[in-house]
Amino acid sequence: MESKRASFEGALEALGVTVSSTLESELEAAVTEAVTEPAVGVGLDEPAGDEAFALTETPVTVDPTPVALREAVTGVTGAELGIGDYGSLVLTMTEQASELVSLFVERHVAILHEKDIQPDMDAAVAELDERFAETNGSAIIATGPSATADMGALVKGAHGPEEVHVIIVEEGA
Amino acid sequence: MATADEIRELMRAEGAAIAENTQGFNAGRYDSVGELEDYEDLKRAARSIKQDAIADLPNLLDQLTETVEANGGTVYIADDAADANEYIRDVVDERAADRVVKSKSMTSEEIEVNEALEADGVDVVETDLGEWVLQVADEAPSHIVAPAIHKSRESIAELFNERFDPDEPLETAEELTRFAREKLGEQITDAEVGITGANFVTADTGTMALVTSEGNARKTVAATDTHVAVAGVEKVIPTVGDLHPFIELIGRSGTGQDITSYVSLLTPPVDTPVVDFTDDETPLSEFDSDRDFHLVLIDNGRLEMREDEHLRETLYCIRCSACSNSCANFQSVGGHAFGGETYSGGIATGWESGIEGLDVAEEFNDLCTGCTRCVNACPVGIDIPGINTVVRDRINRDKDAPGEWIVDGLTPDEEDDGAPLQKRFFGNFETVAKLGSATAPVSNWLAETTVARQAMDRILGIDPRRDLPTFERETLVDWAAARDSQVENPERRAVLYPDLYTNHVQVDRGKAAVQVLESLGVDVVVPPAPSSGRAPLSQGMVATATDHAERVTETLEPHIEDGRDVVVIEPSDHAMFTREYERLLDESAFTGIAESSYEVFEYVFGLLDNGATVDSLSTVTGAEIAYHSHCQQRTLGLEAHTVAVLEECGYDVVTSDVECCGMAGSFGYKSDYYELSMDVGDRLRTQLRDDGVRDRPVVASGTSCLEQIDALLERQPRHPIELLAT
Repeated sequence: MESKRASFEGALEALGVTVSSTLESELEAAVTEAVTEPAVGVGLDEPAGDEAFALTETPVTVDPTPVALREAVTGVTGAELGIGDYGSLVLTMTEQASELVSLFVERHVAILHEKDIQPDMDAAVAELDERFAETNGSAIIATGPSATADMGALVKGAHGPEEVHVIIVEEGA
Repeated sequence: MATADEIRELMRAEGAAIAENTQGFNAGRYDSVGELEDYEDLKRAARSIKQDAIADLPNLLDQLTETVEANGGTVYIADDAADANEYIRDVVDERAADRVVKSKSMTSEEIEVNEALEADGVDVVETDLGEWVLQVADEAPSHIVAPAIHKSRESIAELFNERFDPDEPLETAEELTRFAREKLGEQITDAEVGITGANFVTADTGTMALVTSEGNARKTVAATDTHVAVAGVEKVIPTVGDLHPFIELIGRSGTGQDITSYVSLLTPPVDTPVVDFTDDETPLSEFDSDRDFHLVLIDNGRLEMREDEHLRETLYCIRCSACSNSCANFQSVGGHAFGGETYSGGIATGWESGIEGLDVAEEFNDLCTGCTRCVNACPVGIDIPGINTVVRDRINRDKDAPGEWIVDGLTPDEEDDGAPLQKRFFGNFETVAKLGSATAPVSNWLAETTVARQAMDRILGIDPRRDLPTFERETLVDWAAARDSQVENPERRAVLYPDLYTNHVQVDRGKAAVQVLESLGVDVVVPPAPSSGRAPLSQGMVATATDHAERVTETLEPHIEDGRDVVVIEPSDHAMFTREYERLLDESAFTGIAESSYEVFEYVFGLLDNGATVDSLSTVTGAEIAYHSHCQQRTLGLEAHTVAVLEECGYDVVTSDVECCGMAGSFGYKSDYYELSMDVGDRLRTQLRDDGVRDRPVVASGTSCLEQIDALLERQPRHPIELLAT
């Protein structure tokens, strides 16, 4: 477990993605620290009934209006998987509009459970293959910030977020 | 076909930006795939998935159609561009859309859907920043992945400042990106229909993969309520699990990124709510997610390509651009010269001849020199030079044979339907060389006269700025016939293949090779043998090349059966025997010669590895040398052998790493391509004049590389075997 996480964090660092970690019980403090206001977010429905994941004690506006989304600097969503060798996040598309919240902002803060870090792309795609077969799901494999080289040099922050921050939620407590 | 003037103008206007960007991508590819432990395994897996998918295409299309429809989407398989456009226009019309936003899609450019929609009064906006720049500038893409690769930052700034007149003039890449992001952001949230391409579509779940970096494809889907995905029928693969090798390979092979920022795996219709971006009352989750999804799969010639044994492999192409970036000629001219209606780079010959026709492929097919540097770079292992050769042959046969009366005596070839005069001259160079040696030195004097050079330029398109080869009166075969083997109790026995140039022009390197092999205990014979067929093959004269291949194997077979190894000095001929003959000969004939053939340094390396020592060779202590390997030799993985042997003989070796010297056989002699050839060569010249290199003697393995280096430098290069002879 440690090595998967270490390789994941190493890959994130190489991509310019910042990382913090927290226990479940202290998630709200970690989120508060990670966001730049105004911030919007998606209510995280797992584990069910856990108050911390509702983000109520944070500056994050959960389930914002479209106008509030466009005015926000930060968007907070969950990430379904992390991919160790690439530093990628697997983002889902929910009816709560996590796709919009992770995309139409300058700073994306992704919350990832440590247990969801996959060792490598091979394992992650195999996992998605299994899930898609059951659910006809969709996902974005997002690696680092949005970027373009079309304007004569590499620029971070093209259509999507310019900054990405990952909060790793550790097991226990 | 681009003329010398057109190529010169393109290199002037776009060459610098093209060169910088493509070489950056290419260097990035080497670095990125170098970090991938299972690179070759992934490539094999990717190829095998594509190969099987194209074989099973009709079934996969049926399965995909069923799946997408069960998911609630619609599939339309369009016969051609007009059919596809009609369908898409209906979808847009039914939605009563004023604006369509698009993410980057080559297939949508192939069918020219923008023009079709604009004719209906629809506002079509390209959201990929590169595509948008071109839309604003009204220019065509010059690269399949980075479409505005030919434009510098300065020229984009000039364009934006002139067109949009911003309060503060834009200058930096950051400013230009931010400006475009804001401008396009408003248009995306205001659009009704989003058109995307699809890099892959899986038949099992109806999932499409979109490989992007900017996030515009995500926005194009998320912000609209009608999604039209346009893709060629060849994009379907069986399962989501099959995406794995492609996800790892596509970015690395193309722009040298380990992975692009976003790989969207969409199984439409997606759950993301369709929101009104001006709404300040309703929470996002209260909007519903009613979306229409249309998958438009386009045939447009592809199903015929599938039936064509020579074009079929084109359909494995994942449009990564590795064949563009690794191509020395592309690095100089880009896709505006090396491209057709839609596609560019080496694989474009396959696409354009299959989709548009031979006449479009003919416009740029000559720019593939067959150097093979794209072959190992292609993540699905397509024999791109092979496709170019076959298409060149078809183009030749498509025409009337011109001016046969002029070269009748010089063209004892098999091209009944004819090839253009210039191609037939170079393709039959063996005849010229024989005549040249037989009448040397008179032939050399005559050839160099002004009258002769003017005639060659006018009739054959041979550039007068090139030095012509000087034929030797005594060929290597003559020389060898007049002497006895120097080896008693030989360790091994070999036949040294007298390639055309070694036999007639660079005879000294042949003598050196014989001497080196004998010093290492090898009994050597040098029998007369036909030329390999490399020359006609590179002109697209496949029947003539096949005739050579058959005669060469007939000549060498008795020697091989007699237990002799075949040793080849000229790498392009060695590549014929071990690679190209596979397409020309039956399997047993090919295996017979391929398994017995060794490039001369590969052979020396093997001898040293098996107990021979360098004591009998000419050795040095740390002498500095610069080595330029040969493109086809490198593709076969045989550069290292020369370097290792030279080092064992005491040399301090630095190597060039340009993809090609630019000469590429006859290419650099042709009047239309001389300047391009020299532009490509300039990159090698720069490396050979670098600090720590500029005083080193130069050795090179290929005949045409030696000719090119001779033209590029004051220093006269030699074949490395000449260093080893005592």
